[in-house]
Amino acid sequence: MISFSALAELDLADKINELDLPDQWYELTGYIKITPDNIIKILNPNPEFGQNVMTSLPMIVADELEADWKQVVVEMGPHDSVKLGPQFTGGSNSMRMYWKPLREAGAAARQMLMGAAAQTWNVPVEEVTAKAGMLYHEKTGKSGTYGSFASKAAEIPIPKGMKLKEPKNFSVVRNSKKNVEGSKIVTGKPLFGLDYKVEGMLIAMIEHPPAFGMKLKSFDASEALKMPGIKDVFTQKLYEDGFEQGGFDTRSFNDLLVVVGNTTWEVMKARKKLKITWEPAGDTKNIMSGKREVVVPGELESTSTQLEKMKEYANKPAQQLRKDGDPEAAFKNAAKIIERTYNAPFLAHNCMEPMNFFAHVTDEKALVAGPLQAPGWSEPTLAKLLNLPADKIEIQMTRMGGGFGLRAYGHYIYEAALISKKVKAPVKLMYTREDDMTYGIYRPMYTATYRAALDANKNLIAFHVKGGGIPENAVHANRFPAGAIDNYLAEGWQIPSNITIGAFRAPRSNFAAAAEQSFLDELAEAMGKDPIDFRLELLKRAKENPVGKSNDYNADRYAEVLKLVKEKSGWNNPENTKYSRGVAAYFCHNSYAAHVVDMMMRDGQPYVERVFSAIDCGIVINPDAATNMVQGAVVDGIGNALYGGLTHKDGASEQNNFHRYRIIRMHEAPKKIDVHFVQNDIDPTGLGEPPFPPVFGAVANALYKNTGNRFYEQPYILQLNKSSKA
Amino acid sequence: MITLNINNKNYNVDVDPETPLLWVLRDTLGLVGTKYGCGMAQCGACTVHLNGQAVRSCVTRVSSIAGKKVVTIEGLSEKNDHPLQKAWLELDVPQCGYCQGGQIMSAAVLLRENKNPTEKDIDNAMVGNICRCGTYLRIRKAIQLAAELQRKGG
Repeated sequence: MISFSALAELDLADKINELDLPDQWYELTGYIKITPDNIIKILNPNPEFGQNVMTSLPMIVADELEADWKQVVVEMGPHDSVKLGPQFTGGSNSMRMYWKPLREAGAAARQMLMGAAAQTWNVPVEEVTAKAGMLYHEKTGKSGTYGSFASKAAEIPIPKGMKLKEPKNFSVVRNSKKNVEGSKIVTGKPLFGLDYKVEGMLIAMIEHPPAFGMKLKSFDASEALKMPGIKDVFTQKLYEDGFEQGGFDTRSFNDLLVVVGNTTWEVMKARKKLKITWEPAGDTKNIMSGKREVVVPGELESTSTQLEKMKEYANKPAQQLRKDGDPEAAFKNAAKIIERTYNAPFLAHNCMEPMNFFAHVTDEKALVAGPLQAPGWSEPTLAKLLNLPADKIEIQMTRMGGGFGLRAYGHYIYEAALISKKVKAPVKLMYTREDDMTYGIYRPMYTATYRAALDANKNLIAFHVKGGGIPENAVHANRFPAGAIDNYLAEGWQIPSNITIGAFRAPRSNFAAAAEQSFLDELAEAMGKDPIDFRLELLKRAKENPVGKSNDYNADRYAEVLKLVKEKSGWNNPENTKYSRGVAAYFCHNSYAAHVVDMMMRDGQPYVERVFSAIDCGIVINPDAATNMVQGAVVDGIGNALYGGLTHKDGASEQNNFHRYRIIRMHEAPKKIDVHFVQNDIDPTGLGEPPFPPVFGAVANALYKNTGNRFYEQPYILQLNKSSKA
Repeated sequence: MITLNINNKNYNVDVDPETPLLWVLRDTLGLVGTKYGCGMAQCGACTVHLNGQAVRSCVTRVSSIAGKKVVTIEGLSEKNDHPLQKAWLELDVPQCGYCQGGQIMSAAVLLRENKNPTEKDIDNAMVGNICRCGTYLRIRKAIQLAAELQRKGG
């Protein structure tokens, strides 16, 4: 039996969207505008890349405002850090950053409306109540819509220090609401950066070097320029010599060969007619903020040599990140030492919408529009590059076809702006899939060696992690199991590289959890313990008698998700033994996640059939959408753990499109993912990233159950296929 | 000049005959619901119907389709009420949403030909459509729900 009550609500929401909104909004606070006919427009301040902030952030406002959700219309806000706050999508921060200010905005607007009603009715404001977009005075029986008091309310000074609701009184928060852009998505309306178009807009693409460590030597564009629709071919420097880069101004290549034409296909065709000579760039220099010089090595790197180099570095002394007790002595006195090394490749983000941006730059001002996660970080760089004051730069944020961290980096915005300035026309810069995959800012390549010392009674007496990577390591020295073991040592090292790297869904954690959670599973087995019970024992120790002072997790909340997943998955239920079960848990980005994955082998290939997830991210604002996000993170984790990887040969990416870079598909995704949230009243923390890292470990542990082999090399499918051939 | 029939409307377009249908839809006609994802029929974001069959418009030359009927996501239903669109909203399938038009177009052919698809049928029909956000579970459920709606005449 299917209920369609929710569809009725959607129909109404659609109708509101279609109404001609009146020009005269009564702006109450930066986020809220109310019309006389009681339509409540709430601005979404933060960029939307699929985490559903377009819906869930306005829900927070609507809750304190006591608005009727059916009257709410959501609009993407402009870039305006004064009115709309930090406007940054990343680090699972949207809810943490905006929870309090949006509640305060809603509460202030409600108070202003109540004040306006009190004035009109000539009654004390304390006697006015607000509910579902209506104001009431019980004694006199008077009532009115928010809209009818909006103009008066707008004249009342914005109150500060409002008392916020108790969680038990939430009216919108904790009630699932449908994606406010759902109808537009399923009917193909223009929403994304690539859909952005203005009259007279040209299309631009960049021909970049075929390998990291190469640069442009010379080119002949005579044939390309003869092609229909082609306007110009030219070189453009991204940054002039000595340009001070901000932390998110990462550049893969500096000398850009640009083709500009009328249409996408014409530019694609003309690119094939370019005759280009590339040459090794040699060592180059980046000037980072504070005039810090960073040398970028010129070597043309290959995966095989990278792996060898990582092995060499792993045996060198490294930087000590944390030390508790006397780990050296404990390892010396150990009855048994277990040592394992884990490796993982570079990963490409592969957002479904390739990188692109619109720019229209004139001598006086600039308009840029498109998909990006961090407008506030791009604006100062744009101002410097274009030599314009920041207030002459308008940044519009479109819906993003995925982001996963990549869209926090602004290079494609700067490229688009510089190209528009040069050709003196509105331009849309577009990367093809090949450009996007081979000209990336990737998840780094990582390795880590874990060692555990057991005494004669199989007690864990020391723990050592030494991690490295190209060009950074993934060691979080103060995370679990730090704090639970008397003798503990964490060390890190890194190898510089010209392959550009950056944030990728749960940066560093996405490898740390894979390695550590696989190792803990192996360790539990060596100690003759159940893997969940073993983790709970360590967490008990960390809570009751923590080692060290800088432990950055809450042992109770960590234990809670493990207990919840144990219960919900029927961990000890013999009926579940038909599956190969793997468990893992992790804490990152302020939230806790644990998964049990149930795997089966069919035709020699592993399939995760079911997953049970337990999450503690505090108050869950939009439960069904939050469930969707966890389910997505689980699928993303399975896909990247089993299949993900970008390799290099002489500096060139060996994968350039989806025929070579395997992405998880429908038949490989679980048929069931049960998501359970710990119920508490803790202020919400993030959810986009935390469920992702432990999936890798759970998959590895299930593969072990299935095959009898431990998995140390990602992507796991390569190790599996190698071992089954051997 | 090539005459195209798209969503039951005729268009005369003056483009290079090699141009993939995708770019004619997006650049020439402004029908941007059909998405670019890979340009080599690997991801399914550009799926449209050509004489009722699901094809990847990124590898379909415009010269090869004169006289054939093209349906895009914008033309899938007159009132945005195709059972798949209803089911997609009911189950709140999308995350970023970029691939979903292509997913729906692939599923629409499956549902027309198979009123009661099994899980295996769904796997086979949808294997060519990537969702990077990982909404496969909900896509599967939405197809099953749409099949149910369709059987009930809705």
